Amino acid sequence: MIYLDHAATTPMRPEVWDAMLPYGSSVFGNSSGVHEVSRQAKNALEEARERVAGMLGARPMEIVFTSGGTESDNLALKGAAWSSRDRSGVVAVATEHEAILETVDVLRRFGDPTVIVEVDNDGSVDSDAIVGAIDPRTAVVSVMLVNNETGLIQDVAAIAKAIKQSDSDVYVHTDAVQGFASEEIDVNALNVDMMTITAHKFGGPKGTGLLYVREGTLLEPLLHGGGQELGRRSGTHDVAGVVGLARAMELAVADRERFRSQVGQIRDDFEKRLGAGVDDLMLNTPQVGRSSHHLNIRIPGVRNETLLMRLDQRGVAASAGSACQSGAAKVSHVLEAMGLTSDQARESVRFSFGWTSTMDDAIEAADIIVELVEELR
Amino acid sequence: MKVLVAMSGGVDSSVAAALMKDEGHDVIGVTLKLWSGPGGEAPTAGCCTVSDAEDARRVAAELKIPYYVLDYIDDFRDGVVNRFVHDYASGLTPNPCIECNRTVKFDRLLNRLGDFDCDVLVTGHHARSRETDGVWHLLRGTDQAKDQSYVLSMLTQVELSSTRFPVGELTKREVRQVAADMGMRSAHKPESMDICFVGDGDYRGFLEETAPEVFTPGLLVDTAGNEMGRHAGIVGFTVGQRRGLGVAVGEPRFVVRIDPESSTVVLGSRDDLLVSGVELSNITWTDGVPGMGDVMAQYRAHGNPVTASLAGTTLMFEEPQMAIAPGQTVAFYDGERVLGGALIAHTNL
Repeated sequence: MIYLDHAATTPMRPEVWDAMLPYGSSVFGNSSGVHEVSRQAKNALEEARERVAGMLGARPMEIVFTSGGTESDNLALKGAAWSSRDRSGVVAVATEHEAILETVDVLRRFGDPTVIVEVDNDGSVDSDAIVGAIDPRTAVVSVMLVNNETGLIQDVAAIAKAIKQSDSDVYVHTDAVQGFASEEIDVNALNVDMMTITAHKFGGPKGTGLLYVREGTLLEPLLHGGGQELGRRSGTHDVAGVVGLARAMELAVADRERFRSQVGQIRDDFEKRLGAGVDDLMLNTPQVGRSSHHLNIRIPGVRNETLLMRLDQRGVAASAGSACQSGAAKVSHVLEAMGLTSDQARESVRFSFGWTSTMDDAIEAADIIVELVEELR
Repeated sequence: MKVLVAMSGGVDSSVAAALMKDEGHDVIGVTLKLWSGPGGEAPTAGCCTVSDAEDARRVAAELKIPYYVLDYIDDFRDGVVNRFVHDYASGLTPNPCIECNRTVKFDRLLNRLGDFDCDVLVTGHHARSRETDGVWHLLRGTDQAKDQSYVLSMLTQVELSSTRFPVGELTKREVRQVAADMGMRSAHKPESMDICFVGDGDYRGFLEETAPEVFTPGLLVDTAGNEMGRHAGIVGFTVGQRRGLGVAVGEPRFVVRIDPESSTVVLGSRDDLLVSGVELSNITWTDGVPGMGDVMAQYRAHGNPVTASLAGTTLMFEEPQMAIAPGQTVAFYDGERVLGGALIAHTNL
């Protein structure tokens, strides 16, 4: 199999699994207990928290471990909208992940003021447009760092700065799920109050993520109970998952330079080969300001659903960016927000690369795509 | 061959996939996502429910064949559901399952065989097809009680030459046995009876909810035109219907005719339901050669064919027939063989 769907999820790094194993066997304790096996678990948890915080430029108590990107996004937005502050408004960009947009929609239905900010044709959002959408009711603004479908990098630092200059009481959240493998991420450089990370996008386990919450940020928790995570997220800790998250982050940070150059080169060569072999190839991923590992293309005249199934037959795994639970292809809201028609969105396919990608695989996949497109057109 | 199997999750299409795999073909399974309700929910009744799709996925995984879910929600809504509503509003009694077969399952999927690099489409219908001297014939299924050739009577050479019906060679008992031998969960599943997008069989309720604009109040009259009551709309009345008429008279009353122009429903006695002949539309012939004269005509999915005579678009029954509703399908037979099909435009010549 040639796996070109790393933006959906990545294979776990073997060192991560090794690091997690003890917490699935001998060190099984509940990290909130008063006995030795629990202290061991607690120790692993808090040690992981320190390491994680260090890598993000954060303080340990600012890290809230969650079940992943969706929970972190929900906590950031609902938590800010429902906090004790007299602000409940939410502003988000039209190209955000469903975990943000569906949450905004729920808040809207429950009566909170919400604004979706439109994007330019390349998917980028203007900081003036965001500032223009803010009013004194706005509790939080959410701007994604790297778009999961196109790989566009949003200048979150500049946008956050503009927001803070306009109204320093507005919280800024960024969903950085797609960016951690390739981008230097420091919460102070980004100037954000909250940030979502999830482990499985860079060689870690599924089901574990975090929300960075800047000290002083008022959030109503979503999960109430035993008061874990300083009351911000109740529930017995997934110690193995957290240990895996921390290990995966360390490995990704250590691998980042190679990732950016090597995976970026693989993606670029793949793109060139497709461009040479497929007539009228259109790029939904911008030429500048893009990540090293995403490539979203449009092949006029070829339905993405058909191409993806034919690629699957040939052992190449890719995706249309977003799919229903059933797996049926869905029209991408990201591409539609960028001005593509629904028919054009249905001709668009996302290839995404990751820590296991090789040049040989990419070249072989590109040749298969060229061959299939000729046949399908 | 490389074959594309339309898998609903029911026992028949599951076994169809298994049989093709056993014969050594390259098999790809697909389930069509056809319908989601106003809140996006999938149907819970009929042939394409959420649990059915899950059953299809499981069977495909056990057979180790590639399996995909294809989104045909737009086609289904436009071609089947909207037409169903329109037909009822026009005083007809449509069969949406036949329309779904024709416009979605066959038309759309056959057009995509090339996309999948497949040679033929395989379905789980109880019918058989045979090729003789380059001509494809459609025959009743081996299991007469489960025969579905009626709902396939509108297929012509284009469709028949690219479609296979492997379970039509077996009895339903044999199909269930194959499924049980393979440990399929669907082996003992009850048959789907309801229309999939009308959850609990209450199609009048469905129409009220989805198309309230087609309800025009009108009169219930007897065959002489005397008012017997009022109704909220002709939609949902069917020729032959006895229950739910909202009128109480001594003897049983039936809907004998529906006039969409004046929104009038005519009630009569059992004898008033007798129909001597019907006017047809959308006539198709399996081998492309128009038939004339004496034919055996079947106007219900599980009815017996009756002797009739066809001249142009007029079909006259040898014996008057009871409660035929415009909108229903007529299938023509020569013994086991399907000759063609048509829609009943109106009755009572």
